[in-house]
Formats: sequence, C-alpha cells, structure tokens
Amino acid sequence: MTQAAFVQQTLREAQPAPRSEVGILATLRKNLFSTPLSGVLTLLGAALVVYIVPGMVRFLFTDAVWSAPDGAKCRVEGAGACWAFIERKLPYLTYGSYPVSQRWRVDVAIVIGAVLILWLLRTTAPRRNLAAGLFFLVYPVLGFFLLHGFPLIGLPVVDTTRWGGIFVTLLMALVGIVFSLPLGIILALGRRSKLPVIRFVCTIFIEFARGVPFITVLFMANTMLPLFVPDAYAPDRLLRPMIGTAIFGAAYMAEVVRGGLQAMPRGQFEGAMAMGLNYTQMMRLIVLPQALVLVIPAIVNSFISQFKDTTLVSIVGIFDFLNTIDAARIDPVWDGPYISTTAYTFAALFYFSFCFSMSRYSQWMERRLAAGRNR
Amino acid sequence: MKKIIASAIALATVSVAALPATAATTLDTVKSRGVLVCGTNPGLAGFAMPDDKGNYTGLDVDVCRAIASAIFNDPTKVKFIPLNAKDRFTALQSGEVDVLARNTTWTQSRQSELGLMFTNVNYYDGQGFMVRKKLGVASALKLDGASICVQQGTTTELNLTDFFRKNNIKYSPVTFQDADQTVKAYDSGRCDAFTTDASGLAAERVKLVNPSEHIILPEIISKEPLGPAVRKGDDQWFDIVQWTGFAMLDAEEAGVTQANVDAMLKSDDPGIKRLLGTEGKFGQTMGLTNDWAYRIIKNVGNYGESFERNVGEGSPLKLARGLNQLWTKGGIQYAPPVR
Repeated sequence: MTQAAFVQQTLREAQPAPRSEVGILATLRKNLFSTPLSGVLTLLGAALVVYIVPGMVRFLFTDAVWSAPDGAKCRVEGAGACWAFIERKLPYLTYGSYPVSQRWRVDVAIVIGAVLILWLLRTTAPRRNLAAGLFFLVYPVLGFFLLHGFPLIGLPVVDTTRWGGIFVTLLMALVGIVFSLPLGIILALGRRSKLPVIRFVCTIFIEFARGVPFITVLFMANTMLPLFVPDAYAPDRLLRPMIGTAIFGAAYMAEVVRGGLQAMPRGQFEGAMAMGLNYTQMMRLIVLPQALVLVIPAIVNSFISQFKDTTLVSIVGIFDFLNTIDAARIDPVWDGPYISTTAYTFAALFYFSFCFSMSRYSQWMERRLAAGRNR
Repeated sequence: MKKIIASAIALATVSVAALPATAATTLDTVKSRGVLVCGTNPGLAGFAMPDDKGNYTGLDVDVCRAIASAIFNDPTKVKFIPLNAKDRFTALQSGEVDVLARNTTWTQSRQSELGLMFTNVNYYDGQGFMVRKKLGVASALKLDGASICVQQGTTTELNLTDFFRKNNIKYSPVTFQDADQTVKAYDSGRCDAFTTDASGLAAERVKLVNPSEHIILPEIISKEPLGPAVRKGDDQWFDIVQWTGFAMLDAEEAGVTQANVDAMLKSDDPGIKRLLGTEGKFGQTMGLTNDWAYRIIKNVGNYGESFERNVGEGSPLKLARGLNQLWTKGGIQYAPPVR
C-alpha cells in the first residue's frame, strides 16, 4: 500500500514569532507602553530620571572635592560634595571623643563583635552554640571592660561622655536588638500565660511601654532622674537611653511574637502535649520555632526601626553617629555651602547600607526557613 | 489611689528637699570626684566644638578648662556634658553639672527665677543683621519693608520685633525651625536680610555660596552678655568661677601670657606677684592653692589668647575684639584686681 501523498511525514518547521513580538521594540512596548497610561507613566519616569540623575552624578562624583587640607577648595563656586571633609572627620565620626591613643580598643571590640555575629549568622558555620554563648554571655562583659576600662590590667577608664560616633550607634543598636528579642519572647509568653499575675504584669509592661513616646521617656530620664536620684547613684548618661531602647524594643517585639504565637494552629500545642512534652519543651521544640519563622519580616522590621531609633538619643546629648555629623559640620575650618549636604548624604548612605543588609539577610533567612512550606 | 499618689509626691518632695542637706560644697564634690563636670553647647563654632580628634575646644570650653586648671592643675580633668537650650538650666539646678558655660545670656529673670548666678561675662554679644551688598542698604534703619529670615522661638525673634516696633519700621519676618534652615533660606534669596547674634553672623557668612556678596550691618540691636553660671547658695564656688574669669582678664591686662608666665614669676610688679601667688594667700581664701591663677595662665592662657585662638584672628571666624577688648584698649572687659 502506497502512502498517501498528502500526509506530512515530518514536523513542519516552526515559524519565527511575528515581528511585533520579538526584539527590543516589542519588549519595550509590552513592558513600558502597553497601555496609554503606562506609556505616560514611563515617559514621566524617564523625565524624572533625566532631571535628577545628571545633577546628582555631577554633585556627588564629577564636581566633588575628594581631597583638600581645609574647606577652601569646597567653597569654590561650582564645587560639589566635599568628600575631603568626610575623610578628615572620619575618625571623629567613628569614635567620637574617645581618646586617640585608646581607639584600638574600640577597633578590637568591633572586630570581635563582627566575627561573632558573622559566625552566628552563617547557618553553615560549625559550633554555632559556642558562638552564641560567647556572643551573649562573654562578649558583653569583655566588651564592657575593653571599652570602659579596667585599670588593673592597664586599660585606663574612658568615661562614657567621651564615647561617640558610629561606635555608639552600633553599640546602641546591638544592645537594643540583642536584648529586645529574648525579652520580647518572654513578655509574649507571659502575656499568654495562664497565671493571672504574670499575665497582668506583662500586659501592663507592654502597654505602658507602647503607650508612651520614646522621646518623652528619654527626656524624663535625662531631666527628671537627676532631680530624684542623688548624683552618685544616677545611672550613666549613656546607660539611660540604652535601657530605654531595650525596654521599648522588647515591648514592640513582644507583640510581634505574640502575633506569631496566635497564628499557630491549636493542633500544634495539642500534638506537643499529647507527646508528653512539658511547657518548656513544647515551646522550645514545637511552637516557637514555627511561630518565629512566621513573623521574621515583622521582627526584622522592628530591628530596622530600632536601628534608626538610635538617632533619637542625640536629642539627650549622646553623641551617636548623627550627632557627631551635626557637630562636625559646624567646624568653621570647613564651613561651606555644601558641607551639610555632604555630611547628611554620608549619613543617609550609612544608615541605608545597614538597614538594607539587615533586610536582605532576613529575606534570605525567610526563604531558607520556609523551604519546607514551598515544596 | 489618691493616698498612693499623695505619698509618692510627699516622698519625692522629701527626697528633693533632703538633697542639699546631704550635699557637700561644690568644691569638695568636684575634688572628691576628681573631675569638673561642665555643661556646654553640643556644637557652636568658636565657643564649644569637638576638633578632628574629638577634643572640645572653644571660648566657653576654655572657661571650664581654666576652672579645672585652678583646682587640679590639669585642664583635661573636665567632663563635658553637651546640653540643649532646654535642658541646660535643669542640669545645673539638679547638680548634674557644676558649672554651665554654654553661651548663655545673662538676664534678670534667669538670675532671679531660675536660682542661677552668672559669675562674669566671657563674651559680649549682640544681635546684628546681614544683607546682600546689591541691596544697597548700609544701616538696619533702612530695612523698611524688608523680609527678614530669623530662627523661631529665640530671643532673637523677640529682639527683632522690639527693634522694628521701636523704630516704627515695617518688615515681614520669615521664621524657621533651626539655624541651618534660616541661613539656607537667606542664601537662596528667600529674604532680604538675615539676623542672629553678631558672632553667629560671622560664622554663618562663610557657609554662604558667595560670602563676598554679603555685608554685616553696623547696628547691634540687643545686649547679649554671655557668661558662665553656677547654682545659688554656694558662695565659695561662685568665687572660684568668677575669679577664674577675672584672673584671665587681669593676666591679659598685666601682659602675662602662657608663654611668659614662668618668667613673670620673678616679676617685681606687686600686682603680678599677687596674681601669680608669689605674694599673699589669695588662693587659700577660696579653698584653692595660692598659685591658682598661675595654673590657669600656664594651662589655658590669658583671656586675649583664648579669644584669639577660638574666635579671633587665629581662628577661621576672625571676629574683631570689639566690646570684648580690655577697658584699657577701648572695650568693656574690666576685671577687679587681685588684692
């Protein structure tokens, strides 16, 4: 039997896509000009970019003054950002008034802290329990003696009024963040406790801390406390806002964690109890690991806001990074029309880079921990 | 509940009232603490400002360093507490700082109502105006109808109103929250003139895009005597702070400087002998050593040196001595003698 001539023996070759669907033009049309509205928005966006970016590049890079002995070069007409000023002031912006000969102590403390944090954050790193122990128990004590001083072993005492700069900002943020999470978890569990006294105390604590603006507490601590407490017993000026940030952070964190606990299905609790786990085991092994993962975005959100809240302490006279920027930019040697702009641009870059890395880390963490649910 | 509140208030009152009874004299407290606690401005060019190394410098800072020198013979034994305009008086009243040297204007109400004593004037300031040269105005009285940039909520704003009302001139104030915004607004042409203390005008002029296009008008429309303040009720401490300032002035008048003070110890001039403590027991009467003034001059210098270094020709501010010149040279800085 002969084969029917009209039957196609081979597959027909695919035709190229219509010209309206390929190439740069098509991509542009599909993504940028698909509707008249989107076209208008694209043009507006492009106009905005053209309007802003060249000026910004000129100010920040091409016209910028990169090195100069004093402000004269930055005062010349047409000069842009004065990075030379930042370069000269960087030691002050980093350490504040910490004595120059003792600044290595800050460096050492920062390096140890950074190593421990990286060790903790890298999920693949070995012996992270040891890192946690060192970081939460040994490091605070070591850091205190290193930074504040220990005359017996030749480290002269450096009064906290001389601390300042990026170092104080990192310290405030670290203390706030490190204390707020565990304290927040305890408060959240306490608020859901079946024991009325504990529940009551935790609720009062959380509601009080959330119901008062942080700034008023700082003012209270700095103007009222010295009136009530004799000079000798008044807590250190740096310690006051530190305690404040830790307590406030904890109250907000408690509510975040409580949200996570409430999202847990009842079956998880019942299952754990049915397996004979006691309260601590149930929380530690079953409930909290799941609840915390649920609220990672909210936790990191409050970390980021805590990091930025550290700038509030500048109003009570603590020289955090932002305050040192403010103090540095009034130096008459460097006075010029764009010194403040340069200084604040630098501050913005600093805060952005820290907050952005926190947010990226949390997103990565979230994806990793949620892997089980995404299958 | 009422009872609880009442007893809390009672407790607070008792504890506040109990404080002065337990407190020793300020000098004893400072000596036993081993460091002078000084309230300063967090940052005001020429008066109190951290340098590149983070050490405080300035005219007000020198007041504190001089007091520390008189007590400890060490100008570094000072702990600086940066204070806001709002916090400064509370900090002094509560005893958190021993002395307030924070470009604070000496006024009647501050002395009578706030329980403070101003010891002396370390800078005579006054409010002035800056205008653009091309405006063609040479006197503040010609500012009829001008818009004036001023920082809100300050005595500056009040003085401005007073001045224009008194001279019956119309003007429109443009107010801003902080000093920086005010200058920026003036620079961008938002107003015709800009007003603040004369020392501030000189400092702010450098920040303008084209400083040479602006002039400072000759009129000074207010009195702003700036000086250190202490708490009322400790006369010995008042004496120490006051005479620290006077000693620096007396030294300048007598020609004693940081450089020649050691040579001056051998001077035959009875005035210099008494000042530097080679004759008499003037320091002891204040609870200090007799070489108290020598220590001040040796460590900090006389008033003129401090002025030149911080705000005068030796600094970027380049302020003229003006009223702050010694009385013998046409100014009004006049100190009683050590005798």
